[in-house]
Amino acid sequence: MKMIQSRGMVLNVENIDTDQIIPAKFLKATSREGFGEHLFSNWRYLENGEPNQDFILNTAAKNTAVLIAGNNFGCGSSREHAAWAISDYGIRAIISSQFADIFKGNALNNDIVPIELDPEELKLVMGYVEKHPEANIDIDIETQSVKVYNDDFSFEKTFALDPLKKKFIMEDISELEYLLSIKKDVQAFEELNVL
Amino acid sequence: MPRTIIDKIWDQHVVKTVTDAVDVLYIDTHYIHEVTSPQAFTGLDKRGLKVLRPKQTIATADHNIPTKNQHLPIENKLSSNQVATLVQNCANHNIELFGVGHEKNGIVHVIGPENGFTLPGMTIVCGDSHTSTHGAFGALAFGIGTSQVEHVLTTQALLLSRPKTMKITVNGALQKGVTAKDAALYIIAHLGAEGATGHFVEFTGTVFENFSMEERMTVCNMSIEMGARGGMVGIDATTIEYVQARIDLKEERKNTWLNLNSDTDAEFDQTIELDGSVIAPMITTGTSPDTGIDLTKSIASSSRNNPKGLKYMQLETEKTLLGKKIDYVFIGSCTNGRIEDLRQVAEIAKDRQKAEHVTVWVVPGSNDVRNQAKKEGLDLIFEAAGFEFREPGCSACLAMNDDKIPSGALCVSTSNRNFEGRQGDGARTLLASPITAAAAAIKGEITDPRIYLN
Repeated sequence: MKMIQSRGMVLNVENIDTDQIIPAKFLKATSREGFGEHLFSNWRYLENGEPNQDFILNTAAKNTAVLIAGNNFGCGSSREHAAWAISDYGIRAIISSQFADIFKGNALNNDIVPIELDPEELKLVMGYVEKHPEANIDIDIETQSVKVYNDDFSFEKTFALDPLKKKFIMEDISELEYLLSIKKDVQAFEELNVL
Repeated sequence: MPRTIIDKIWDQHVVKTVTDAVDVLYIDTHYIHEVTSPQAFTGLDKRGLKVLRPKQTIATADHNIPTKNQHLPIENKLSSNQVATLVQNCANHNIELFGVGHEKNGIVHVIGPENGFTLPGMTIVCGDSHTSTHGAFGALAFGIGTSQVEHVLTTQALLLSRPKTMKITVNGALQKGVTAKDAALYIIAHLGAEGATGHFVEFTGTVFENFSMEERMTVCNMSIEMGARGGMVGIDATTIEYVQARIDLKEERKNTWLNLNSDTDAEFDQTIELDGSVIAPMITTGTSPDTGIDLTKSIASSSRNNPKGLKYMQLETEKTLLGKKIDYVFIGSCTNGRIEDLRQVAEIAKDRQKAEHVTVWVVPGSNDVRNQAKKEGLDLIFEAAGFEFREPGCSACLAMNDDKIPSGALCVSTSNRNFEGRQGDGARTLLASPITAAAAAIKGEITDPRIYLN
C-alpha cells in the first residue's frame, strides 16, 4: 500500500475506547473475519437494530476510508478485534491527535495508518471535513504526507511513521515474517541468558 | 550512566536493535486466555508452526466463563466454543492450562502472581491491557494485540518501540478509609486518560513503599487507564517476601533483582510528584476512568467530564453523588478481586445487611482467593449480608458472560473501566474501592465508607 485517496468521516469524540469500537459481546468469535458489521455497534444501531441516522457511519459516502476522530483514539482494552473491525469496514487510515499505544500497534499490524496531527491542526481539519464531507484526502505513505483539500480549503502536513513500519506497510511485509527471519538471533539470546 | 528499572530490564531483554527507535525484545512469560488467543493459534496452524516455548506460556479461561455452576457445561454456545478452542490449542501445543474448574483457575492477572509465575525483572505479556498488573513485582509487563500473541507464540519475541519513562512519586500517609484503588483513581484523574501514553511508569514514594503486593497490583493494574504502556514498582523486601512464599529462592537471585532497581540519579522523561495525604475516597462520575472525584465533592469538581459522558450517566443535575440510589454492586476483577479486597468488604458487611433493592455480586479473582475466603469464613459473612459469593472470573467487569448490569441500572464497581456499555448495554458504572462499594451495598446509595470504619 502506497497511497490512500478518499473522503473523510468525522467522529468528534475524545477518548474513543475499544469497547465502543467493538463491544465485548462480539468478542466470542474465534476467527478474524466479519467484525466490520459490528464496528461502533452501540452508536451505529438503535435498540431496535435499525441504523442510527445521526451516526456518521450511516450517513457518510460509501467507501469512505479515512476516519477523523478526537484525541486518545483506541484507549482501553487491547482487543485487536477493534483494528479488525475498522479494517473489515474499509477504513485504511485514522487521523487523530494521539493514539493509545496498544491500538496503534494493532492498527499497524493490520495496515491501518495512524496519523497524528497537533491538536489545533486536528481541530481545523475536523471542523472543515465535518461541514464539507466532500473534501478530498490524499495520504502518501512514501512521503508521509496527508493533504486535505477542496475548492476553498487546503491543508497539508507530514506525519510521523516509524521507518521500519513504513517499509512493512509499503512492501506488504508482516512483523511475524520479520521475526521468523531472525529466529537464530532469538536462539542466540536464549543461549547467552539463562532464563 | 544511571538507569531506571525500566531501562535496565528492557536493555537486558534486547535480542536485536533494529532501528534507532525499535528493538526486538525477548519475552520471558506469556499469559494467554480464551478471548484473544484463538486467532493467533489459527495463524500458527496455517503455517504449520509449533509454540516455540510452551513452558513459558501459561493459559487460563477467565473472560468468557460463567461465575455460577462452573461444574456444568457452559450454556452459551459461542462462549463454550471459545473455551473448548483454548483447551484444544493448549493440548495441541503442550501448554499448561488452568481451565474452568481447575483448582488454580482464575483471572490471568490474579493467578500469575499468586502461583509464583510472575517474578521480578521479567518481561511479561498477555493479550490483555491489564497485564500492567504484574509490574507490581518490578517486571516489565504490558498488554498486546492478537497478532503479537502470535508473534510471541512462534518466536518468543516482539518488535517494539523503545519506551519513554515516567516517574510518579506519591509521598505522605494515606488517610483512614483511603485505599490503593483511591490512589489509582486519584493519579488517573490527575494525569488524564492519555497522560502517560508512550511511557512506562515507575511508581515510587512512601505510599508505594508501604503498600502490600496486592495494593501495588491494584495501582499498576490501572496504569493503562492513564494511557501508560505499563506501570511498575521497584523491588524491595515486600516483593521478595511475597515471591519467597511461593518459590524456592536463592540469596544470589534476590541480589540480582535488587540491582535492577532504578539508580538514584536515573533520569526519567517525565517526573510527577503528588501528595498522598490529601487523597480522599474516590468515585468516578463519567464514562472515562479519569473522571474520579473525592466522593464528598460535587460532580463538577472533575474537569474531565464531557456532556456526552454525563448524559449517558444521567448525572448532569446532581450536585454530589452522596445519597444517590444505586441498583448493583460488583466486587471483583483483576483490579480488586484479591483476598485483601474481600477481607475489606467483609469487614464492612459483617453483622450488616445489604439494602433490599441492591443486587450485590462478590466475584473472587481465583479459586485460590475463593478457597482462602471460605477458610476465613468470609463467605458466611457475605451470605448473611445478602451478598452473592460467586465462582471466579472476569464477570461483570466486561460483561462477556451472563453477569451483565441491566440497561439504565447504576452500578458501583471495583473494576477498572466505566466506559459506555462496558458492564452491559446501557449500564452505568461508578468505579470505586471495595470499601466504598461495600458501604454503598449496605446503605443502598452512595455513601462515605468511613462511617462504617472503626
